[in-house]
Amino acid sequence: MTGAVAAAAEATEPAGRPKSRSERSTRRAQTVRGRIGLYVLAFCFAVFCGFPFLWATITAFKTNQDLYTTGHNPFAFTQAPTLSHITSLFTSTPYLTFIANNVIIGLATVAITLVLGVPAAYALARLTGRWGVPVAIGIFVVYLVPPTLLFLPLSRVITVLGLQDSIWSLVVVYPGFTIPLSVWLLVGFFRSVPPDIEEQAQVDGYTRVGALVRVVLPLVAPGLFTVVVFTFTLTMQDFIYALAFVSSSSQMTVSVGVPTNLVRGDVFYWQSLMASAMIVAIPVAFVYNIFLRRFIQGFTLGAVKG
Amino acid sequence: MTEADTETAPHAVRSSARRRYLLERDRVLGPLLLAPAVLYLIFVVGYPLVLAIMYAFSDVTVGSSKFDFVGLHTFKTAINDPNFPSVVAHTFIITGISQALVIVLCTVLAFVLAADFHGKWFVRFLVLMPWTTPVALGSIIWLWMLDSIFTPFDWFAQQLHVIPPGGHLVLLGHAGLATGSVIAVQTWRTLPLATVIVLAGLSSIPRDVEEQAEVDGAGFWRRLFGIQIPLLAPVILVAVLFGIVFTFTDMAVVFILTGGGPGNSTQVLASWAFYKGINGGNLGVGAADALFMFPVLLGLAAVVLKLASGRTEK
Repeated sequence: MTGAVAAAAEATEPAGRPKSRSERSTRRAQTVRGRIGLYVLAFCFAVFCGFPFLWATITAFKTNQDLYTTGHNPFAFTQAPTLSHITSLFTSTPYLTFIANNVIIGLATVAITLVLGVPAAYALARLTGRWGVPVAIGIFVVYLVPPTLLFLPLSRVITVLGLQDSIWSLVVVYPGFTIPLSVWLLVGFFRSVPPDIEEQAQVDGYTRVGALVRVVLPLVAPGLFTVVVFTFTLTMQDFIYALAFVSSSSQMTVSVGVPTNLVRGDVFYWQSLMASAMIVAIPVAFVYNIFLRRFIQGFTLGAVKG
Repeated sequence: MTEADTETAPHAVRSSARRRYLLERDRVLGPLLLAPAVLYLIFVVGYPLVLAIMYAFSDVTVGSSKFDFVGLHTFKTAINDPNFPSVVAHTFIITGISQALVIVLCTVLAFVLAADFHGKWFVRFLVLMPWTTPVALGSIIWLWMLDSIFTPFDWFAQQLHVIPPGGHLVLLGHAGLATGSVIAVQTWRTLPLATVIVLAGLSSIPRDVEEQAEVDGAGFWRRLFGIQIPLLAPVILVAVLFGIVFTFTDMAVVFILTGGGPGNSTQVLASWAFYKGINGGNLGVGAADALFMFPVLLGLAAVVLKLASGRTEK
């Protein structure tokens, strides 16, 4: 940080202020120190955040004998790495069922979220005038109501609906947190579209709804895609609803299936467990990295008046 | 546009045209588009929230459909549990310490990620992973990493001669170390989102302010504490508010990592509500336990509202 700033300042230094040699060498020393400090800090944070994943990845490829022998360097492979625990994860556990359930739940939740959230966000961005902002903020505050406060009464509601022990119970409750976040993001994206474009479309003979569907939605397509991605991944984050509403392994999600169902009795199959976590973690991390900029954009634009 | 339409609209309109015309009016169309989402949220969030409050004043259990109001009796049962005071204390300790760490770490990390350096995309990728990984899977990785026999930290400690060869730290076996472990995991998993928010705030600080200070001869630390951090303070507050909500109300980390143990020494309100309400079958007491999170959440929501309305007024 220091280095980059100092270097930039040096380049833009006014010509009328010549620097003495000693001043310049102090600067340089500061720059070098700053660069070293930067790399040391970056390394420390990378280790703090990434170490558990490194450990999980090494574990996933170890043989039982290698893993469960203490005394030697636990990061080294004393026996050749093996894929057998990863294969058995797919062949002899319901892991693929968990993933399939996550995909079905995710897609269904995305559908509900878009159908309800897109019109709502458009209304808040364009049609509601003065009270649009308070309602938008109110909907966002719903996002802060935690599942841990709602899961007990919801477990009763799920029973009344006859959805207990079914993935569809989760499809019903997940929009409770995906709609607020999506509406918040979408309001920001809708506001970034100039109103003139819609007015022109209406002059050209489109109705208001027609203008929304034919003209505005294509313009916010990147925003919609971002919302789809974050809604989908948000449904994978949940633990407590899936834990409280579902008990058969055929209906479990990855988040609940891995820590409860892949542990048989008291026996932890650590290599398979670590593999099951990393197989989900790595693709999701890639997706987030790709969409992060747009997510931030929507997240911070939501409350700014358009 | 509505006014112009009103003036030019013919007086005798056919009913279908009239209906279409109504749909063109913002005041009709707006609520119409908004209503489905609001009704859905009332159904899955508002109604259960009211039910949660009603449960806390009733004697409802998992097995029976009996639902009698018993006043404050359920609350008294919840409070009189000998574990209750320590459960509340753990909730505040774990949230307080982890989020204090997040305030400091996310600010430093945001400055690091705002600079250019080799391998930055990889560092950023690793930094985001604790957030992008589902909390249950992150917790199970930590459970293995803190295993009583096979933890790599034992090997590090042995190399540094903190413990004798073959010795064990048993990180999840002592109350203090187990609490420290839960705090570490909460810090680890809430740091990325906070950093991302602060980083966004950092990029919105006008560059010329910084450059002017530099020209005026302010050093790095002076600029950092005199200009940048005060300008960033509101953003850091927003970032840590999310962290507080997510940590204060989380049960997954405690549930998977320690199961509330050893001896309920890491139990927090959210996990306690789950053990009482679902495992113990006493929905009323579980709901009452969970409801003790409510005043804090209301306070946090009020701060969020104030910040958000302040931001929109500008």
